[in-house]
Amino acid sequence: MSDSLQQPAPLTQRPSRWLHNLSAKLASLPMVLTALVVFVGCTVWTVFYSFTNSRLLPDASKFSLKQYEYLWTQRRWLISIENLAVYGALSLIFSLVIGFFLAALLDRKIRGEAIFRTIFLYPFALSFIITGLAWQWLLNPDFGIQANIRALGWESFSLDPLNNPDLVIYGILIAGVWQGTGLIMCIMLAGLRGIDEDIWKAARVDGISTVKTYLKIIIPMLRPVFITALVLISAGIIKVYDLVVAQTSGGPGLSSQVPAMYVFDKMFKDQNLAQGFAASTMMLVSVMIVLIPWAYLEFGGKKHAR
Amino acid sequence: MKINALIAALVLACSTANATDLEVTHWWTSGGEAVAVKKLSEAFTSKTPHKWVDGAIAGSGNTATPIIMSRILGGDPMGATQLKHGRDAEELIKAGLLLDLTDIAEEQGWKKVINPPQILDTCTINGRIYCAPLNIHSAQWIWLSRKAFDDAGVKVPTNWDEFVAAAPALEKAGKVPLAMGQQSWQSTLAFNAMSLAIAGVDVWKAVNLEKKADVARGSEYKKVFEAAAAARSLSKNSKVQDWNQATNMVINDQAGGQIMGDWAQGEFQIAGKVAGKDYDCLPGLGVHEVLDTGGDGIYFPVNKNPDITAAQKDLARLLLTPEVQVSFNLAKGSLPVRGDVDLASANECMKKGLAILAKGGAITSSNLSFTPDTIGQIEDLIVEFWADPNYSAADAQKAYAAIIEKAD
Repeated sequence: MSDSLQQPAPLTQRPSRWLHNLSAKLASLPMVLTALVVFVGCTVWTVFYSFTNSRLLPDASKFSLKQYEYLWTQRRWLISIENLAVYGALSLIFSLVIGFFLAALLDRKIRGEAIFRTIFLYPFALSFIITGLAWQWLLNPDFGIQANIRALGWESFSLDPLNNPDLVIYGILIAGVWQGTGLIMCIMLAGLRGIDEDIWKAARVDGISTVKTYLKIIIPMLRPVFITALVLISAGIIKVYDLVVAQTSGGPGLSSQVPAMYVFDKMFKDQNLAQGFAASTMMLVSVMIVLIPWAYLEFGGKKHAR
Repeated sequence: MKINALIAALVLACSTANATDLEVTHWWTSGGEAVAVKKLSEAFTSKTPHKWVDGAIAGSGNTATPIIMSRILGGDPMGATQLKHGRDAEELIKAGLLLDLTDIAEEQGWKKVINPPQILDTCTINGRIYCAPLNIHSAQWIWLSRKAFDDAGVKVPTNWDEFVAAAPALEKAGKVPLAMGQQSWQSTLAFNAMSLAIAGVDVWKAVNLEKKADVARGSEYKKVFEAAAAARSLSKNSKVQDWNQATNMVINDQAGGQIMGDWAQGEFQIAGKVAGKDYDCLPGLGVHEVLDTGGDGIYFPVNKNPDITAAQKDLARLLLTPEVQVSFNLAKGSLPVRGDVDLASANECMKKGLAILAKGGAITSSNLSFTPDTIGQIEDLIVEFWADPNYSAADAQKAYAAIIEKAD
């Protein structure tokens, strides 16, 4: 807000534009440098070495596209991409829908809200390794959910996704959504609390139903909150690794492999650095393809509007 | 009082000044392995002034090796680490990241005592020695539960063909014929053991050591892949992850057998089972009595702190002493790297292994001929083949030959 009030000032004092708010600029310098050196610098370094034949150690003596050609012939990589697509799409939808639904329920001024909020958020306090192990046991047919429900008398009940190559990614999805939804719910709840009470009153006076108020008024108002949630969920999807390692270690066979596992195994287990770099560059490119058009619309568009 | 306590603490700190904490990373985490590693840490703590800091990494070597590598490369080296014999450390040595142990090796005469000699070769690059070999492991064993076969009313098999023939009876008795963990190295180990047994030593060597792709495409390997396709159906009800959980199925008589390295022996030992009475072991799957000589070595990353370097050298000196060799290897079920130690208390299976080594039945491990990258590709192929019943033997053989063709 204060920014837009001070906007006209640079017109009269044009030369001092760079010095304007100097202390703030100085204070942000370390972070700017970190971002440039660590994020951009390391990214450029990685992309550069993905064109070499580096094994365990970086070696820039030869350059070729060999690593990329090889990458796209690897069955394991193709399976990983497919798994990430399925996991990503479904976990995005489920986290947002369930997270918003839970937040909306809590926002209805129910009794014991704090208790429910804690219960829903608790899974997020667990690391992915613990989550993965816990769900590995829960989904184990011999002593998990299946065994317990069968013991209650439903003999034909079957829940054994982790040993079925066609279903294993959904078993991982369950654990991922269970772990991550609580945080999304909290962010949504915070957003809902920021909605002015008068809007609800106005909607009620106009006789709009509760569901319709949510869909037509509240959700559009929560747009920034949704975007925050979206960014958090997407980052979690791209880097999913430890959950899979703990739950299935990529199996059965190669059926629950994900790109991050391919990158890590190639770099350190198989001692093929360049191949790992090529794979991580492809991961970066796929993020860019989604991110750049979105950023253009989000930020580029606004400037014109102002 | 406070000052007294302070002085006491100071004195204590001074008196332990030359004692160094040495972090040792390894993946010896199953029951039998944990006992063996305790023997090492006890010997290190009691015979040297230093302290063993246990850095066990859960999971298999495939989980632990990347962590170990990334720590050494990332400039956060541990004091010492387990790595398996092979080419994993090759580039680390070339980059000067591992401690040269040649002086200790000469001092203790490693060249004379280590048997078979190719074990020391895995530690040697350009005539310098960079690791302390600790034990010899061979992978070509099948472990059989006698009770499981008795329950099924069939004779305990003495070779792979008899095992396959007995499998239907085991299945009828509600047992899993072949126990198998889901991790990729386990199905690859079984596949390698089967290929040695079925294709024979010469064909195996042509593919695994000389990297002849046309042999891998040939009729002998066709038989191997068909046998592997049959074996995967025998293990389809084995839904465990780790190798020791699969061994446990044999120990509890739920499964007929498991193809696993001789480290499985430690698990039988802890469970109180007796070789030749409760369980049987068939080296080379009872077909060709040859064993490869893999195993573990201890590597010491170069460290700037001279105290740590001294402690590293003390540990290296300790590892090849006869007492440590005997106590560690008896607990772990592996064979000692010294030919001159007394293993009178070894059990029947270990004696079988020792006899094979004495007869000259040692063959070079394929870990020495393939780069980690090639091994990784083979593991990816075999684990997918093993888990997917629709993956045909012919397709897998084609993919396998393609990997061998490009192997380096």
